[in-house]
Amino acid sequence: MSAVLLEVEQLSKSFGGVQAVQNVSFHVKKEEIVAVIGPNGAGKTTLFNMISGIIPPTSGLVRFQGAMVSGKQPHELAMLGMTRTFQNLQLFSDMTVLENVMVGFHSRLKSGILSAGFRLPRTVKEERQAQKQAFSCLEQVGLAHLACKRAGTLPYGMQRLVEIARAAVSRPSLILLDEPMAGLNPQESKQLVDVLLAMREQGFTFLFVEHDMETVMAIADRIVVLDYGKKIAEGAPEEIARHPDVIKAYLGEEAV
Amino acid sequence: MEHGQRMTDGRKRWLLLVGAAVWLGLPWLVFGNNYVLSTLILIGLYALVSTGMTLLMGYAGQISLGQAAFYGIGAYASAYLTAHAGWPSWLALAAGAVLAALVALVVGIPVFRLREHYLALATLGFGVIMFTFFKEWKEITGGLNGFFGIPPIRIAGVPLQSDLQFYYLVSLFVLAGLWFAHNIVRSRVGRALRAIHGSEVAASSLGVNIMKYKLQIFMLSAVYASIAGSLYAHYVTFINPDLFGIVPSIYFLIMVVIGGTASVWGGLIGAAVYVCLGEWLKAVVPLLLPNAGGEFEIVFFGLLLVVMLIYMPNGLTGVMQKRMRRFLEMGGRQEKQIAAVEGHKARSIGGERG
Amino acid sequence: MEAWSQFVQLLFSGLTVGSIYALVALGFVITYSVTGILNLAQGDFAMLGALFCITLVNNGVPFAAAIGLSMLAVMVVGGLFERLAIQPARRSPVAVLIIITIGASFVFRGIALLVWGTDPYALRPFTGHGALEVFGAVIQWQSVWAIVISLASFAALHLFFHRTYIGKAVAACVINPFAARLMGIDIRKMSLGAIAVSAGLGALAGIVIAPISGASYDMGMMIGLKAFIAAVVGGLTNAPAAIAGAFLVGLLESFAEGYLSSGYKEAISFGLLLLVLFFMPNGLFAKMTGKRV
Repeated sequence: MSAVLLEVEQLSKSFGGVQAVQNVSFHVKKEEIVAVIGPNGAGKTTLFNMISGIIPPTSGLVRFQGAMVSGKQPHELAMLGMTRTFQNLQLFSDMTVLENVMVGFHSRLKSGILSAGFRLPRTVKEERQAQKQAFSCLEQVGLAHLACKRAGTLPYGMQRLVEIARAAVSRPSLILLDEPMAGLNPQESKQLVDVLLAMREQGFTFLFVEHDMETVMAIADRIVVLDYGKKIAEGAPEEIARHPDVIKAYLGEEAV
Repeated sequence: MEHGQRMTDGRKRWLLLVGAAVWLGLPWLVFGNNYVLSTLILIGLYALVSTGMTLLMGYAGQISLGQAAFYGIGAYASAYLTAHAGWPSWLALAAGAVLAALVALVVGIPVFRLREHYLALATLGFGVIMFTFFKEWKEITGGLNGFFGIPPIRIAGVPLQSDLQFYYLVSLFVLAGLWFAHNIVRSRVGRALRAIHGSEVAASSLGVNIMKYKLQIFMLSAVYASIAGSLYAHYVTFINPDLFGIVPSIYFLIMVVIGGTASVWGGLIGAAVYVCLGEWLKAVVPLLLPNAGGEFEIVFFGLLLVVMLIYMPNGLTGVMQKRMRRFLEMGGRQEKQIAAVEGHKARSIGGERG
Repeated sequence: MEAWSQFVQLLFSGLTVGSIYALVALGFVITYSVTGILNLAQGDFAMLGALFCITLVNNGVPFAAAIGLSMLAVMVVGGLFERLAIQPARRSPVAVLIIITIGASFVFRGIALLVWGTDPYALRPFTGHGALEVFGAVIQWQSVWAIVISLASFAALHLFFHRTYIGKAVAACVINPFAARLMGIDIRKMSLGAIAVSAGLGALAGIVIAPISGASYDMGMMIGLKAFIAAVVGGLTNAPAAIAGAFLVGLLESFAEGYLSSGYKEAISFGLLLLVLFFMPNGLFAKMTGKRV
């Protein structure tokens, strides 16, 4: 099997006295798509925010490409090759679609304030490269024709794609997607699933949180199920679909 | 953006030519009138300060209510180092800029951990404290009596003393400042700043070190202000602390708001409108209200500030940008622009904000 | 004995100034709690109050009536300010709202300049020029008035917020604006009311201090900024803490002026502001509370 990319060990977070996430462990291998599912309030987003460095864990650790990364800032993680998208879109709405994606390429560029200010040849070259990469990334998600539109003016589904292109343009080793299907209509969801599957073919690795079971079953290689902050199951989609605890958590006692 | 650049290059060149002609010819157009020239010089100096502030406020979205402090650091550094320490004026100017950047760094580290109200307050507090130092550190600054006898700036040993010479010197600095700011804006750094303005959490998740960029741009804005202060000191040869207090900081803020933050030209436009309006008010209001004295023009600037922020929050450049783009593109259709992008993928990204 | 009387003198002058800051800071806290706006024009209400009152008194209006009328006038000014400058910009980012209040402050100052000119004005003390001697220190009766009035205002506000229906409604509005709206409380009226009351408090502060330090068009900025420091030191939403903060700032300034140098007193109070902002952004008296990111 391919190498382990991300390892989460005994990760916990409590807010005040409330245990939002409790001793969760799992891992993600290269070129895998792993889904984290669970009912509302199961601690999925908290887990994500810990992995991506937005909030520090109360205990436990995260290893990324073999190195300890818990406690690192989000921008440091991005430099190491882990980017993410957000459940409530966080596009730079006053910038164009192309510029949004070019920000995604930030971690691959080096120009500092002086080099940029004096427009040294190095910067000019970098800018060309950034633009080219951003554009070809937009082509891949099928949004090249909207490159010059202000991102805030796009329909919701397309904004979602822009956000994914922005997270992917630097070719990170791992992309975290926080509820990528939220708010999309069936047609948009299908388009997004196609994009994600195509990206996996190119070697992208995804860890995502999702509500929409259909999507999860369709694209995940492995599923981690959370309930009340604890991991209650992990396995391939077909195993999870039959897992009694999962059915109980989702449908309540009487369904079992 | 890059799009449509080819078809608009001709027009841009035209604008540049006209601009250059106006710049060179302006002093002759006004027949070397010293009042007009000194007004132009003042516009240039303020434009430098407000261009730096436009980067900080408009692009990075961080407020500063104490910017005049950096203007003062430059002015006093130049004054003291040239008049008392005998340094060459250019070295003193550079030293002032370095000092301003260092102060910005030291102040910025705690200040930029704060947001919104608290950030505004902290920068205001910084401004008041610096003003107190300008006032009280009499051995260096001369205190409230002011600092007299600042020597003129020299180029190759020749002192620049006429308004005409100073006009060209200051406008060269303004051009360089605008060019530098323009380059920043259309680079990785500029995108990072705007990303921070848009969403800090998203920017950092893409690798943007938020603290680093806030500090860098604050330092850069301090350098702009400091250089303007140095030039000002050499120009007027007499400075006093009142020029660098809280009210001047608010004036710089007004210039940035008037000019708007949609383009790097905002600082220059804001400074020009501010200075011209101020001069006009000083000429007209006393005719209508003979008792008006002191800084009565603050009524109008206050009103302007409130009205602009309510009805024109992106300032004049925000309004002009749309028209300008229309003029440059002559109704270039979206499809054509896209084709241009596709065709020019390899070319560097253009300047206008989209 | 000399040192002791100087100490008492400074103590009282600090308490006097502190009580002025306290009145203005109370206005800050009320405005901020109800509207979420940091009103940098707050100090100018004090300036307007003082100048209105002086003009009325000079034109033969009885003192007590002049105080009431000028407070009322400033409350109207505050209401206009809320309707014309704040309400239209309600949805703007915080930075824009701050700058709008700065603009308003300039407008008030400028109008005062055009109406009253640059000269300082004097107001006679509330109760004669007599003074009180305590341990060799000379305490003006006006100082006592200042302290009493600020404490009385605080007590009145406390009763208002905890004993009256409207007061409780406002308090509810602060805690949960959405629920308040569901209960049929009009947030816009609350905002208007809060700023008008703050303006009235500011005016009172100006009137009280005028007999001690005079009044001029530019007195508002420093009073406002100091009161601001007091409010921040107290934590911005906590009225008793803001008052404590105000007395702290007043005393600090007074002692700094007396024992160190008058020039640096501003640097000292703003230094305190920065220290509090950097190290205890929730105020000196805040309990440690977990804040959500």
